[in-house]
Amino acid sequence: MDWEIVIGLEIHTQLATQSKIFSGAATAYGAPPNTQACLVDLGYPGVLPVLNEQAVVMAIKFGLATHCEIATRSVFARKNYFYPDLPKGYQISQYELPIVHSGHIDIATSQDGFKRIGITRAHLEEDAGKSLHEDFHGQSGIDLNRAGTPLLEIVSEPDLRSADEAGAYMRKIHELVRYLGISDGNMQEGSFRCDANVSVRRKGDAQLGTRTELKNLNSFRFVEKAIEIEAERQIDVLEDGGEVVQETRLYDSDRDETRPMRSKEEANDYRYFPDPDLLPVVVDASVIESIRDGLPELPDAKRARFAEQYGLSEYDADVLTGSADLADYFERAAAAAPNTESKTVANWVQGKVIAALNEDGLEIAQSKITAAVLGDLLEKITDGTLSGKLANEVFDAVRSGEGSVAEIIDERGLEQITDASAIDALVADVLAAHPDQVGQFREGNHKVLGFFVGQVMKATQGKANPQQVNEALRRLLAE
Amino acid sequence: MSVTPEDVSKLCTLARLEIGPEESADLATKLSEIVRMVGELQAQQTDGVVPMAHPLDQPQRLRADAITESDARDRYQENAPQVERGLYLVPKVIE
Repeated sequence: MDWEIVIGLEIHTQLATQSKIFSGAATAYGAPPNTQACLVDLGYPGVLPVLNEQAVVMAIKFGLATHCEIATRSVFARKNYFYPDLPKGYQISQYELPIVHSGHIDIATSQDGFKRIGITRAHLEEDAGKSLHEDFHGQSGIDLNRAGTPLLEIVSEPDLRSADEAGAYMRKIHELVRYLGISDGNMQEGSFRCDANVSVRRKGDAQLGTRTELKNLNSFRFVEKAIEIEAERQIDVLEDGGEVVQETRLYDSDRDETRPMRSKEEANDYRYFPDPDLLPVVVDASVIESIRDGLPELPDAKRARFAEQYGLSEYDADVLTGSADLADYFERAAAAAPNTESKTVANWVQGKVIAALNEDGLEIAQSKITAAVLGDLLEKITDGTLSGKLANEVFDAVRSGEGSVAEIIDERGLEQITDASAIDALVADVLAAHPDQVGQFREGNHKVLGFFVGQVMKATQGKANPQQVNEALRRLLAE
Repeated sequence: MSVTPEDVSKLCTLARLEIGPEESADLATKLSEIVRMVGELQAQQTDGVVPMAHPLDQPQRLRADAITESDARDRYQENAPQVERGLYLVPKVIE
């Protein structure tokens, strides 16, 4: 029996505002408990929420980047439920009239090339606080620093058909929110998390199967694993003649299984109603247009431009545009190395630079080798001053703070030997010292050429220009 | 549509209200009346009417994204029955 997996994702992305969505308390991560929770966040009686303008602007940026419609009038609603980390007894969210709706994003898939995934809606809401259950002698500790942090909940259509597609979609949204500068996307800190609605149906069935909701999947790998495991479970249930129960399930990464969390509350159980404390949000078309004008170059456009402008392969363009900072680094390095092939710059950025960053645990913007320095170094290869091997050595020396590119070349005497007469003399010396091998070459064993090159390199500590050495060898051996 | 005692019981669970059986019957009757009235409203022709989300005919005022609140945890926690290491303590809640 062939089964089809149907997935829709709800991604909660924390917006990178300074202050909370409805109060002037700070949103910085990691502050001591409850030091960033003011009266509004604590749900004291008599307080009034006032909407943060930046949260609205960020939601609109997302909508414009995903071909969504921007609602010129949207409404906040109260979603009612009781939990100690939600002191008001309701979460302020958007229900019937979200600020952003009806758009799409294209993802790359392994089989079909590109696939369009519908975005149902993206709405603004406030986050809840955090409950800590350990170490409080049978009680729970509540930290409300996160309460009131602005979230954009991005809801996809059930257009995803595999764990891989779900992972690709999530990565695409993650890349986009970081490009737009509307979220830091930090998954460890919970700034980007995901719930997945998963169902299965027999291939060809028009009707969707009963779905389960997988909660709080906070890494790309967990999303993929959890969906795979859950789909397998549902198929097993159905093949055994059972029925899938609509419920919320939790993915346990240690045991690699999903298990029921709580019976899914029906949407109307939340008893949504328009929040009387907040007026409708009205956005002028002119404001939307000015936000559109201020959008940065988006990942897909940048990828296409990199391939076109720099003649890079699809793979290189993809890697280099993985983040706006990395793309920016590459472009600055390429500009600083005008005589060097773009492909060479791309190789160095993806190889040596990224390896060094990983080793040092740094982000590209903090690279010890700045784009300008890399450009400078690559120009030294291009103009023949340095061999690729010695350039590596200079790179490491600059990275460990020993000086500039020029200083290190100078101090270490690394400059490549390109003087033709000097190379001829070196080659002549090597040939004179190895008459046996010269004899072999002249008898037709051309493999010994590599031996001679090695000897010249050894004599010069790798500084002789290998191309010139090869030429000189062939010429002198032919004499 | 009339509201049954079971509906009332469910609503009370959601709203965390505890009521007795007599109150429950009384509430069921009163809520049924309200629902009947809403039914009358719903029978009206509302095509082309923008739903009113708020009686004030004004848009929401927005505030600049600036931190205007400083830490007043100690003062706020004076009102809390129990705190420890800066956290509010509540009866254990875990699913």
